[in-house]
Amino acid sequence: MRRTPLYGEHVSSGARMTDFGGWEMPLQYKGIIEEHRAVREAAGLFDVSHMGEVEVRGGDAFGAVQNLVTNDVSAMRASQALYSPMCYPDGGTVDDVVVYMRGEGDYLIIVNAANTKKDFEWISANARGAQVRDVSDEYAQIALQGPRAQDVLKKLTDYPVESLGFFRFADGVAVAGRSVMLSRSGYTGEDGFEIYSKPEDAPELWRSLTDAGKEFGLLPAGLGARDTLRFEAALPLYGHELSENISPLEAGLGRFVKLGKDSFIGKEALLKQSEKLERAIAGFEAVSGVPRNGFEVFARGARIGFVTSGSFSPTLKKSLGMALIEKEYSAQGTEIEIFARGRNVAAKVVKLPFYTKKYKR
Amino acid sequence: MEIKKGLLYSKEHEWVRIEDGRAYIGITDYAQHNLGEIVYVELPAAGKRLKAGDALCSVDSIKAASDVYSPLSGTVLEANEELGNDPGKINSAPYESWIARIEIADASEADSLMNDAQYEEFCASEA
Repeated sequence: MRRTPLYGEHVSSGARMTDFGGWEMPLQYKGIIEEHRAVREAAGLFDVSHMGEVEVRGGDAFGAVQNLVTNDVSAMRASQALYSPMCYPDGGTVDDVVVYMRGEGDYLIIVNAANTKKDFEWISANARGAQVRDVSDEYAQIALQGPRAQDVLKKLTDYPVESLGFFRFADGVAVAGRSVMLSRSGYTGEDGFEIYSKPEDAPELWRSLTDAGKEFGLLPAGLGARDTLRFEAALPLYGHELSENISPLEAGLGRFVKLGKDSFIGKEALLKQSEKLERAIAGFEAVSGVPRNGFEVFARGARIGFVTSGSFSPTLKKSLGMALIEKEYSAQGTEIEIFARGRNVAAKVVKLPFYTKKYKR
Repeated sequence: MEIKKGLLYSKEHEWVRIEDGRAYIGITDYAQHNLGEIVYVELPAAGKRLKAGDALCSVDSIKAASDVYSPLSGTVLEANEELGNDPGKINSAPYESWIARIEIADASEADSLMNDAQYEEFCASEA
């Protein structure tokens, strides 16, 4: 299994490690619920160094990226970031990524760890003369998330952190004496930062952030809490709400699919799908149990889909799930059933997200 | 990790306390630690008949669902309803948090369970 530069920090703080797509990552330190609560109420620190980074620059880099992703990068300026699905010609999803525009014709694309190789090959095959490099090994990434994230960060940098808007970033920022790429973004439904550094600087950054965060109640948080946090905020997870067989329109990500763009990979299929969408991701609340990925969903005795993610919600203290179901059943209040371990459990469709984001505007 | 004296233990990390021909069944400190924070227990219904090794109930931790097996054959007399409202009690007090009380069908089955010393050795070999 591969290890991040922060592996030693995790082991010395007693983390329980787990295999995540070939990476040995911290699942939890003190406990998923406690870490989850810390991020909602104070701050949490995540090692997300396993995420992949693909650089696209030179040639027609803009044209290549604009053609690869479903969102519109034409209005981007340097030091902006943009979330976007990336699709196959049939509308299925290659991955969902964040595009960082570092300068004219200079993009850094952040991809899901398990998709790094696949994405790199896909981007390379559609490069339009741009230089495409997998630079994942050149970056460690620490996510500092939660309402106190800014307070923690301000102790370690002179950079005017409060002036950095959501999905904006700055390169060459000194944090705890190390030069980092500082991005105001995250995957928890809270305000926060993603800090990209050189791998060798990551352990010292981690320790500095941990120490600076103590007075605010910061805890290190593992992949367990990362999943429950993103789930409550209904942020999609590739392999669950999105996949080669699930389009971004079906996943409810239409606002990131700009069908008005001249052309992009998957446009024709998505245009056609948008005329009559047959499936949709819906949120639901179950009366008992904990719904899990893959459980089948029924309505009036017929199978209408399957659960993509499910969890007990630590914030709302309910059994909640997201399911990909026939669209006619996706209206709020619709009664459905979740087939779990040999029996049907009653559930009803509820509004997404379960937890409303508190991002800085 | 706590292993309580006077209880019997299964290889699936359940504990059994026998009183007057009836058995209280729960899961061990080792089991709760490995499961993580328990958020839901699907309690067995009274009258449920079980063979040793059958699923007694399922528990959901925040990250996964697991079955709890009955180490003994018998019939469920009652389930610990308190756990329905406070499943996390299994984490904080695993040996007080019995899940079900059963009428034992075959007392000789208890001979194949481990005592605390044997269970401690078993856990060490699992780690």
